[in-house]
Amino acid sequence: MSETIKTDVVIIGAGPVGLFAVFELGLLDIKTHLVDILDKVGGQCAELYPEKPIYDIPGIPFITGHGLTDALMQQIKPFGPTFHLGEMVTTVEKIGDPLFRVVTDRGKTFEAKAVVIAAGGGSFQPKRPPINGIEPYEGKSVFYAVRKMDAFRDKRLLIVGGGDSALDWTLNLQPLAKRLTLVHRRDDFRGAPDSVNKMRALVAAGAMDLKIGQVTLLEGGDGQLTAASVKGNDGAVTRIECDAMLPFFGLTMKLGPVADWGIKMEDELIPVDTGTFETNVPGLFAIGDINTYPGKLKLILSGFHEGALMAQKAHRYVYPDKRLVFQYTTSSTNLQKKLGVA
Amino acid sequence: MPKITFIEHDGTVHTVDAENGSTVMESAMRGGVESIVAECGGGCTCATCLVHVDETWFEKVGPPSSEEEAMLDSAFELKPTSRLSCQIKVTEALDGLIVHTPSYQGR
Repeated sequence: MSETIKTDVVIIGAGPVGLFAVFELGLLDIKTHLVDILDKVGGQCAELYPEKPIYDIPGIPFITGHGLTDALMQQIKPFGPTFHLGEMVTTVEKIGDPLFRVVTDRGKTFEAKAVVIAAGGGSFQPKRPPINGIEPYEGKSVFYAVRKMDAFRDKRLLIVGGGDSALDWTLNLQPLAKRLTLVHRRDDFRGAPDSVNKMRALVAAGAMDLKIGQVTLLEGGDGQLTAASVKGNDGAVTRIECDAMLPFFGLTMKLGPVADWGIKMEDELIPVDTGTFETNVPGLFAIGDINTYPGKLKLILSGFHEGALMAQKAHRYVYPDKRLVFQYTTSSTNLQKKLGVA
Repeated sequence: MPKITFIEHDGTVHTVDAENGSTVMESAMRGGVESIVAECGGGCTCATCLVHVDETWFEKVGPPSSEEEAMLDSAFELKPTSRLSCQIKVTEALDGLIVHTPSYQGR
């Protein structure tokens, strides 16, 4: 059991709204830790539209998802938030008044005076291919992520997909595996050209196999895969013996464990008070796409506003004896000191 | 106003009015076609608005761009006429278009 991390506020989700919440809380001297299931910050801006333009950020006529994420990271830098990436919060439990215990799937435990759920559309999780009877193999011989490479040593591996995840793991695991077969639906790869070239060189050298088609059938028992059938684009079926399969079809948003935290929910969204953006649990806030209230719009700018109001109420939980005086960054020397500009 | 017919996996048929210049995905959303998820909102970045264009219409609709083709790698049960509906622009020429929606969009 690792040591408990004590902090003022844990923010669940490091998308644009979670990031800006760091700023609003930071101005009020509130320290933050952020947890995100992705291995990078930016949420949907990073995962879904890093290079796509956003036109409705006030004062910024045009910015990409990546650009906005970078700008927010620069803006919150003075507040030194701590990031816990590639981790999913599994439980949030109220243990005091108000005090929360937050636990992640990597076994990290936090204690915080308030928790802010800025989880957008939920957590990004791997897409599961719709292969009949795949469920019993999942987690035993079908894996959507690699945690320990050594687990695949001397195994016959099937990697499925054509993007960077599929290619990177092909290149990383090929030296360890007994035999590796990469399966992709077409003989063209969207992954980094350098990785594609390396993979093709391995195939040419006979060090691995490349099969064009879609996996249609799994064979095995008790969760242990023994073979998979791949249907080629010409309809011909090839049976490939294997001990493990790693499908990489990208990510999709799933609500995830939020529904189990005892918060009142409506259609997979969290109703909040529009004065404080607090849920029905005092000290537990929800901002951004994951919340709902009359007139709600799922806009980044709405999430920014919600974060600012949330911070005012969170201050009461973090500093119950301190009176909060509203100040402007333009004129307050106090705030400018915190931002490192005064 | 062009009409588009969506035939869902279970046989449910929706015929919706589509605005010229909008996309087939947007028409599905307005028409309440639930098997179109469109997680990314039309950015060609999520592959959850997959449709199989009816074979009688595929020539008129045309094949995917290379960007869309790459995104199709993240979809399932692909057919030769599969497209992402957010990448099909509605025009008068597509009045009467028939598309089939899959049972699973990856979530």
